[in-house]
Amino acid sequence: MTDQLYQEIILDHYKHPHGRGLRSPYAGEAHHVNPTCGDEVTVRVTGDLSDISYDGLGCSISQASASVLHELLTGRTPAEAARIHDAFVELMQGRGQVQPDEDVLGDGVAFAGVARYPARVKCALLPWMAFKDAAARAGMEVSA
Amino acid sequence: MSTLDVAAVRKDFPILGREINGHPLVYLDSANTSQKPVQVLDVMRGYWERHNANVSRSVHTLGTESTTAYEDARARIARFIGAASPDEVVFTKNSTEAINLVAHTLPVGPGDEIVISEMEHHSNIVPWQLLCSRTGATLRWFGVTDDGLLDESSLESLITQRTRIVSLVHMSNILGTINDVSRIVARAHEVGALVLLDCSQSVPHLPIDVATLGADLIAFTGHKMLGPTGIGVLWGRAAVLADMPPFLAGGSMIETVTMERTTYAPPPARFEAGTPPIAEAIALGAAVDYLSALGMDAIHRHEQELTAYALKTLADLPGVRVFGPGGPEGRGGTVSFDVAGVHPHDVGQILDDLGVEVRVGHHCARPVCARFGVAAMTRASFYLYTTTEEIDALARGIEQVRKVFGG
Repeated sequence: MTDQLYQEIILDHYKHPHGRGLRSPYAGEAHHVNPTCGDEVTVRVTGDLSDISYDGLGCSISQASASVLHELLTGRTPAEAARIHDAFVELMQGRGQVQPDEDVLGDGVAFAGVARYPARVKCALLPWMAFKDAAARAGMEVSA
Repeated sequence: MSTLDVAAVRKDFPILGREINGHPLVYLDSANTSQKPVQVLDVMRGYWERHNANVSRSVHTLGTESTTAYEDARARIARFIGAASPDEVVFTKNSTEAINLVAHTLPVGPGDEIVISEMEHHSNIVPWQLLCSRTGATLRWFGVTDDGLLDESSLESLITQRTRIVSLVHMSNILGTINDVSRIVARAHEVGALVLLDCSQSVPHLPIDVATLGADLIAFTGHKMLGPTGIGVLWGRAAVLADMPPFLAGGSMIETVTMERTTYAPPPARFEAGTPPIAEAIALGAAVDYLSALGMDAIHRHEQELTAYALKTLADLPGVRVFGPGGPEGRGGTVSFDVAGVHPHDVGQILDDLGVEVRVGHHCARPVCARFGVAAMTRASFYLYTTTEEIDALARGIEQVRKVFGG
């Protein structure tokens, strides 16, 4: 059953994260913590989203999610990033009922199974919420 | 010496017959909350169905029955922990409320010191931090050794004439360590400080006699000892409770009330404002009866055998590091560990897939995780109904974890 949760893509991003490590310069930074488990992530964005860097400590779901976020959102316009961000949040909050669009979410579709585990949805969303805050601090509105 | 008939015990716990994700339930999370036997569930239901009425205020038959059952539960719990009198048993919501009660009624000021330890549950850290910030008192603490024991090397300099209270965990909810507090109690009393022990993990699992323990106050909670949630206990020596001012104010805790002033009831009523959790208290009395009938010595022996078995089983697994004391001596049936390269969340998720329920995270004892250099731990905890077969299931689950994560 956890095959649904631990898709190869997720394990791959966990073991070989893309773009990990905090980089400068940046225009906005946010540090988010999941108080129930202690998972944490810091996300930095440049003013034009040409780089999104991150570092964190946590489970495979939260860390793979940060890697996927980096891959999906780096180099996008704020409007595109907002669209992808909202699609990912919608997928995660959909209790497994939302059919993900691979054209929008790329490797993010692998997280569809996570939505069926309410206790893990917060893990998947942790870097995305940190990204939203970091972007806001850089003067971008990336979510409705 | 009686031994525990675990197969017979398990029949009393309906939930143990459940399947989880197609596997028989292996419940290894009793340090979090215990399961409940039918004997406790029946008492609770029977109370609601036959005797429900408010306590300590009604002249009618139901009110009398309810009050008698409530006070009878207090007396059973008092006997269970060796209290000198039922009046030394104050019902609270849980251990957290019991500790907060003390932290809110202890007279302290600038220059006074509160001593805790790095091994505490957050419920025995945060109330004291708040007390210190309200009053200007200073918080100090014992460190933890690499073996997961309290570091008593600075005992004399830590507990001094400035110390008002020493509040320590009796058995760690994360390391399993059972603290021998005799030297600390002696030192605290030498300087005139009170000792509060957080017995949330010890009262459910060990024979406890408050007279032998030597503390002035202890806190424990019902739901970890086969009782329901919403009921806990603060035990205090009669003279100590008598000196404490009220905590929460309202009905039941008064002697007389005028519009100008109020005089307060003696303990324990002084600390039980408002309608208490009546059914829960009575059910906790039933839980204590159940534990007493089996014998706390027998329960403790059973758990020590399980702990020895678990420590050996886990030691044989590659990549598994156990925290806390290495042998079953001086520790209880709570075993936290790390699986190399795999986050505890992921360990817990894969174990759940196999029906094995463990706790993962920082266990409300984040400083302990920090002390051992990890963000989180996986914890298996045992009780009177736990079997060695369940520990084998845990070991098989950990092998599966390593398979999925390619360890």
